[in-house]
Amino acid sequence: MKILKTPRMERCIGCNSCSLACARLVHKRLSWLAAGIRIMSTGGMSTGFDARLCLACNPAPCVDACPTGAYAQRKDGGVNVKKSLCIRCGDCAHACPVDAIYLDNTGEPYVCIHCGRCVPFCPHDCLEMMGSSKKSFAEGAEGVLP
Amino acid sequence: MIRDHFRVLVVDLSAGKGKIITHEGRDEFVGGSGLAAHLFDQFGQPDRPWDDPDQPLIFAIGPLTGYFPLMSKTVCAFKSPYHDQYAESHAGGRSALSLKFADLDALVIVGRAPAPACLAVGSHHLEIQDVHFLWGKNVKSTGKRLRQMFSGSGHRSILRIGPAGEIGSAMASINVDTYRHFGRLGGGAVMGVKNLKGIVIEGDEMFALPAGKDYQKLFQKVYEQLTATDMMKKYHNLGTPVNIAVLNDLNALPCRNLQQTSDPQIDGITGETFAEETLLRNQACSGCPIGCIHLGYVREKFHQDHRYYFFQVAYDHEPIFATGAMLCVTDAFAVLGIIDEIEEMGLDVMSAGVALSWATEATEKGIISDKDTIVPLKFGDAEAYKQAVVHLGSGASDFYRLLGMGTLKAAEHYGGSDFACVLGQEMAGYATGEVFYTAQSLGLRHSHLDSGGYSYDQKHDDKDVQKAVDFLITDEQDRVLLTSMVACLFARKVYTKAHLAECLDVLGYPAIAENLDAIKQQIQKKRWQLRLATGFKPEAVAIPKRFTELTTWKGKTDAKYLNALKSAYAKKLNTIGAST
Repeated sequence: MKILKTPRMERCIGCNSCSLACARLVHKRLSWLAAGIRIMSTGGMSTGFDARLCLACNPAPCVDACPTGAYAQRKDGGVNVKKSLCIRCGDCAHACPVDAIYLDNTGEPYVCIHCGRCVPFCPHDCLEMMGSSKKSFAEGAEGVLP
Repeated sequence: MIRDHFRVLVVDLSAGKGKIITHEGRDEFVGGSGLAAHLFDQFGQPDRPWDDPDQPLIFAIGPLTGYFPLMSKTVCAFKSPYHDQYAESHAGGRSALSLKFADLDALVIVGRAPAPACLAVGSHHLEIQDVHFLWGKNVKSTGKRLRQMFSGSGHRSILRIGPAGEIGSAMASINVDTYRHFGRLGGGAVMGVKNLKGIVIEGDEMFALPAGKDYQKLFQKVYEQLTATDMMKKYHNLGTPVNIAVLNDLNALPCRNLQQTSDPQIDGITGETFAEETLLRNQACSGCPIGCIHLGYVREKFHQDHRYYFFQVAYDHEPIFATGAMLCVTDAFAVLGIIDEIEEMGLDVMSAGVALSWATEATEKGIISDKDTIVPLKFGDAEAYKQAVVHLGSGASDFYRLLGMGTLKAAEHYGGSDFACVLGQEMAGYATGEVFYTAQSLGLRHSHLDSGGYSYDQKHDDKDVQKAVDFLITDEQDRVLLTSMVACLFARKVYTKAHLAECLDVLGYPAIAENLDAIKQQIQKKRWQLRLATGFKPEAVAIPKRFTELTTWKGKTDAKYLNALKSAYAKKLNTIGAST
C-alpha cells in the first residue's frame, strides 16, 4: 500500500490546492481545514510552508487512543476510519503527536487516508504517493518503529 | 455558503460591538464590486468627508470565492482620502478564502476605536483588542506581533497598516498577509482614522458542496483549463515584470519621471534579470495554483566581519516601474531595497515611486529644495530614495505630508503640475498612448485594471474616438463582472461569460447566470452613481502636459485625439452615472 508523503515541501507556494481538493473530493466539503492535509506557514509568509498530514505511524497512537474502534491500523502505516463508529470525543486528535487530525466544530475528525487524490492538484509536485518502504528523508521518520 | 442573500458582519468600533445582518440583492449585485457598492449605498455618507468616523470600510467577496480556482480576490471599498470620493481597491493573499470560511460575504467596519485596536473575526468569534503598543510600528513588526496574539495560524488573513496609514496619508496601503496589498487610493488611512491597526480574519468554517457530480466535473474542467495550458505561463514564469523589457523596446515604459519612454540601462531591472538574479521563490493566493507572487531577496552586509542579514521582497511590474524606471534606479537589488522600505512604511508603491520621481525633477528644476525633501534627491540615488520613503511614510515635514496626499496636491502648492505623472492618481507603468491615459484618468479606480486601455493602444492604430470609448465601457463591464465574483483578473481569458454562467448555475445561482449582461451594466451604473454622488466630475479631469509631450513607438501623443477621447468618455460616464 502506498502512503502520501511530502518530499518536496520546499517548493510549496501555499495555494492550498491540496487541502481544498481533499475536502472537495474525499469529504465533499468546501474547506481548507476539513482535509487530511493542511498547509501552514512555518512562522509567517516569509518562512515557507509546511504540510500537516498523517505520517503513517505503525503502530498509530490514534488507533490506540480511539475508545470505540472507529480507528483501525492500516497494514503499512496510517489508519482507516469508520466515521459511523466515531463518538466525536477527539481523543484521536489529542493522541496524534504531529497534529495531523483536524476536528471540526462538532468534533468530527478529518485525517489523511492516503488515497492520493490531492497529488495531481499540487502545481509544484510537492506531494507523492510512495511505497511504505521507500525512504523519504525530507519528512523525517518513516512512521515505523525500529 | 451558497445563499440567496448576503451575510454581512457590521462592526462598530466606537461601540465595540458587531452584528450580523442579512442584506438582500444577491441577484442584482452578486458580490465583490457589486456588493461593495450596494453596501456603500446603505452605510456610506456621500456628503461627509472620508475621515468621518461613520464612513464604512468594506471588504467583500463573491459567490464563486473558494468554489473555483483563482476566485481568490477581495474587494475593499471606502471613501478615499486621495479625492474624498468613492473608491475600490483589490487584494488577494488569504483574505478572500478567510472571509469565505468566516462565513461572511462582507465585513463592514464603521466607527472609531477609542484606542489603537485590532479587530479579530471568525465564524464563531468577534473581538476588538487594544493594541496601542503597536501604534507607530512598521508593517513587518506589526505582522509578527499580530501573528503571536491571535488564533488561526495558517488559515487566517492578517491585514495591517504601517505609519503611513496612521498619519492619514492618501498613499497609505493596507498590507495583506505580508506580500499583497489593498494598495491604491489610501485605504490604509481609512483604517488609521478608525484607530484600526490590524484586522485578523480567521477562516474556520466549512460548507457542504452542491449535490451530484456536476460541480465536481466543472471544477475539474476549469482547473485543467487554468493549469494544463500555457495560458497562465506569463504569470508564473517571469510574472508581470516580463512587461518591463517589452514596454522599454516599444518606447512605452515610463522612465525618469516620464521624461523618457525607454532607458538604455534597463537590462538591470528587466523581469529576466529579476528572475535570474534575485528570485528566491514563488507564492500563491489561497485557492490559486498559479503562484504569480515573485519573491526576491536582498542581502545586506551590516558589519565588516562578514555579518549579513537578508529579507524577502515581493516584486511585480508596477513596483519595478515606479521605483526603478521612474527613479532611474537600474540595479535590481537596489530596487528591492526601495520597495522594502515602502512596504515597511505601509505606502502604496506605485504612488510613492511616482511621487518621488516628481519630487526629483522638481528638485532639478529648483521648484523645491533639499530643505523640503530633507535628503537631497537625485535620479539613480537609491539610498536617498530609501530615506525619502521613510520621510514620506512618516510625514516628516510639511512637504512630505502634502506629497502624501497626492503629487498634484504638492504640485499645486509648489508648482510643477505640468510634469506630475498623475492620471487620476499616480500613473501605472504604461506609456502606451492616448487611450490608456484617458482610461486611467477617468477610470473608477484610476487603475490600469479598470479597463484594458494599455492593450487597446497596442492593438489599434486608428484614432476612432467612439470605437475606443465603446471599448472602455464594455471592457469595464466585463471586468466588473469578474470583480463581483471575485476573480483574479489574470484569469479573465478562462472565465468568459459562458464559463461564469456555468459556474454560477452549478452552485445554484441560476438567476444570476441567466442575467449577466443586465447585471454587469447595473453594477457598472451603481458604481458610477456612487462616484458621481461623492463629487467626481469626469469632465473636469485634466491630464498633465507631460503626457502630451511623450513619444512612443506610435509617435508623439496626439493631443487633439486625447482631448476628444477624454471628452467623449467623460460624457459617457456622466450618462451612465446619472441617478435615473
